[in-house]
Amino acid sequence: MSFTVNALTRSLNVFHLSGSACNNCDIEILDVLTPRYDAERFGIVLVGSIRHADVLLLSGAFNRKSAVRLKRVYEEAPKPIVVVAVGSCACTGNIFAGSYNIFEPVCNYIPIDAFLPGCPPKPEAMISAIVKLIGKLKGK
Amino acid sequence: MPKKTIVPIGPYHPLQEEPEFFKLHVEGEKVVDLDIEIGYNHRGIEKLSESKSFEQSVFLVERVCGICSTSHPIACVQAIEDAGDVEVPERALYIRSIIGEFERIHSHMLWLGLAGHFLGFNTVWMWVWRYRENVLDVMEHITGNRNHYAMMKPGGVRRDIFSDDIPGIKKILDGLKKALALFRDAVIDDPVIHARTKGVGVLTRQQIIDYGAVGPTARASGVTIDVRKDHPHAAYGFVDWKVITAENGDVFDKTVVRILEMFESIAIIEQCLDKLKTVPGPVDSNPKEIKPGDGIGHYEAPRGEVFHYIRSDGTNRPVRHKVRAPSFMNVATDRVAVLGQSIADATIILAAVDPCYCCTERMMAIDTDKGKPALHSPDLLRLSQEKTARLQRELGTEGPKLDFGVFS
Repeated sequence: MSFTVNALTRSLNVFHLSGSACNNCDIEILDVLTPRYDAERFGIVLVGSIRHADVLLLSGAFNRKSAVRLKRVYEEAPKPIVVVAVGSCACTGNIFAGSYNIFEPVCNYIPIDAFLPGCPPKPEAMISAIVKLIGKLKGK
Repeated sequence: MPKKTIVPIGPYHPLQEEPEFFKLHVEGEKVVDLDIEIGYNHRGIEKLSESKSFEQSVFLVERVCGICSTSHPIACVQAIEDAGDVEVPERALYIRSIIGEFERIHSHMLWLGLAGHFLGFNTVWMWVWRYRENVLDVMEHITGNRNHYAMMKPGGVRRDIFSDDIPGIKKILDGLKKALALFRDAVIDDPVIHARTKGVGVLTRQQIIDYGAVGPTARASGVTIDVRKDHPHAAYGFVDWKVITAENGDVFDKTVVRILEMFESIAIIEQCLDKLKTVPGPVDSNPKEIKPGDGIGHYEAPRGEVFHYIRSDGTNRPVRHKVRAPSFMNVATDRVAVLGQSIADATIILAAVDPCYCCTERMMAIDTDKGKPALHSPDLLRLSQEKTARLQRELGTEGPKLDFGVFS
């Protein structure tokens, strides 16, 4: 296992970027950190800046104003970075596909490593996604 | 004269769940002005709704906001029912109120936790959200999803609440009452919360009336405004409860109003659950068509009054769907609340109205050549005045003469 992968998967620093979301995925992401699920005991913490991040969580479809910012945030991220699209909106556009203000699904703007559909995905699904993601990074 | 500095908060700030951009103009520690830039969250829901059938529109407006995800559907179905003269069975009204009040409890607990987080008091955040899980469990049991309940439909609700489930729900409510009593006492007695919130971000009664603020923001300043009491809908006219108000209008009073409102919500749910035992019947009148006409629906969301307007031309789609969310009115009060306060208090003041930008953002105007916003607030004001004048001419009426000088 390379040094980078080992360092990346030991304690995931997560940056959460809400696009034009309805808040629901965002509150469920916060919910994963609160006592019932408590992902922080595995060293998974939310960080305040993209420059500290190992994982970029995207929620919501991105409209023409936030898509520009998304690309900029992705360019500023230290590489390698794992990008996870949380929720159906980030995966496909969901019910907002076809809106005059939302052109493309997020995967057309930046490369996505994992899709986590659901409206919103349950906290259990998010934890399961993290476990699978770490497994995949380690090449298992 | 001290130098003026701009402190940017956002658009992607660790304290914010949603993208929004505040420009704090400060002199030293003191905030002297505030600019709010939004538009990151506009999804064109009103226009999308015109391409969906009435039943699909309800699912669409549910996704206006994930936190008040049953307030918008209730207002929307009420507008559709108003437009098409649809009868709603009594049992469905009770179920609507139960779901609405559970949502209010979960939303207020969410705000209380986040307020603790904004104050740097993360214990409150973790603690409150732990008990909030119980509410979400009830919602998952009744509706099948933790958020986005998909319960409302024109003419009733989609699922019944079974009488076998009622004792279990009541047990969870009893547990919740104990937890809420704990928070009430903790917040009212805690010296740290007192020091951070008392006398901070004060909104006077007159400012609330001037800005037309709604919901707990208005009630904390002594304005008794609650759509549930003023225009009883769903089952709010059949049960006994009272509107909670406070006098000072600071962040502390907004917190207290929200905590005490949760007790009222529990009282409403308990009464509605008791009524469900005796009120029989279908929960859905299953309307086959919506007659031409227009209708309005309002509902007291956790943040204030949600308003929906729907016009039907007799087909299965709305020809016009207008949404007005409570944060649209409440966010405007941010500027007067934050003036003269210190930077450290700005985050909690901005958060005290429980802003919801995904609810608020209803329009966007873009100059396609330059890719920049083409309309600014004076333009919007002018358009709105022109439209009002045009309508007055067409209808041959004289409306009240309003002075917009303060905004322009």
